[in-house]
Amino acid sequence: MNRWFWIPLAIFLLFVGLAGYQLTQPKNEFIESTMIGKPLPQFMLEAAAQDRPGLSSDYFKDGKPRLLNIWASWCIPCVAEAPHLESLRRQGAEITSVAIRDRPEDVARFLAAYGNPYSRIGADNLSEVQLGIGSSGVPETFVIDGQGIIRYQHIGDIRASDVPILMQKLREAGQ
Amino acid sequence: MKRLIAAIALLGALLAPMQVFAQDTMPPAPYAYQQLDDPALEAKAQDLMETLRCLKCQSQSIADSDAPMAGDMRHQVRSRILAGEEPEAIRAWLVERYGDYVSYKPEVSSTTWPLFAIPLVILLLVGLVLRRRMGKRA
Repeated sequence: MNRWFWIPLAIFLLFVGLAGYQLTQPKNEFIESTMIGKPLPQFMLEAAAQDRPGLSSDYFKDGKPRLLNIWASWCIPCVAEAPHLESLRRQGAEITSVAIRDRPEDVARFLAAYGNPYSRIGADNLSEVQLGIGSSGVPETFVIDGQGIIRYQHIGDIRASDVPILMQKLREAGQ
Repeated sequence: MKRLIAAIALLGALLAPMQVFAQDTMPPAPYAYQQLDDPALEAKAQDLMETLRCLKCQSQSIADSDAPMAGDMRHQVRSRILAGEEPEAIRAWLVERYGDYVSYKPEVSSTTWPLFAIPLVILLLVGLVLRRRMGKRA
């Protein structure tokens, strides 16, 4: 038996080890937007609720950084993040939003039940804005600076620990 | 065949009384399930849709998936094809937003070139080893 015998075995064990290691690693299912640092695409959405105006991309070009929350009344994690959006609003963040594939009566019911932290709510019935900014689900929250450039993406519901991070990103976008 | 699919769908509906993920109740986008009138354009759209990844159901193409978001993506593809856009331009538009991840079409890029190079290198090595051995015997 010569030393060459061990090489295929070693390669095989290397693969087994690699596969075993990868199997134990949690899978990251988040698809990050590659639009960070790029301007919002042009859009103009009708109002999704009666007491808030709709949303257009031009609204973001007046120098004030804002949050853009992508949500829907049928989205369960959106219920979980509602109180944290409210605390962001209380700390001075302006939260604009886009409701994905939603009916006005469902939006109204959701806002009545869980609060309305939004300054504007656009109705995106074809997920056009969502696809345009590289968002792959609800909820997601983007930081948009005063020139309409996308600065930061938060994927998933906002937890209490994410609130200071988002406030920080909002301040950075304002500098 | 249709009846079989319907039976399987019904069975699935009975076995899964609760959806794991909430979904909207909106009707699908106009071109989510409706083909383009021009068969040539529809074929173009279909070819593209089969190589675009559904972002909600990540192991399916948008042509395969019934997720509402996949329907909205099919609507984007078909309406852009109808407006005269080239399939590769639409793919580029999506890749700009989601990265290479959204496309199933293999591309040689700065990160993927080893996948194409390594098999060639291995074949070359095998060829060399074989030639040496055969040469010895002859």
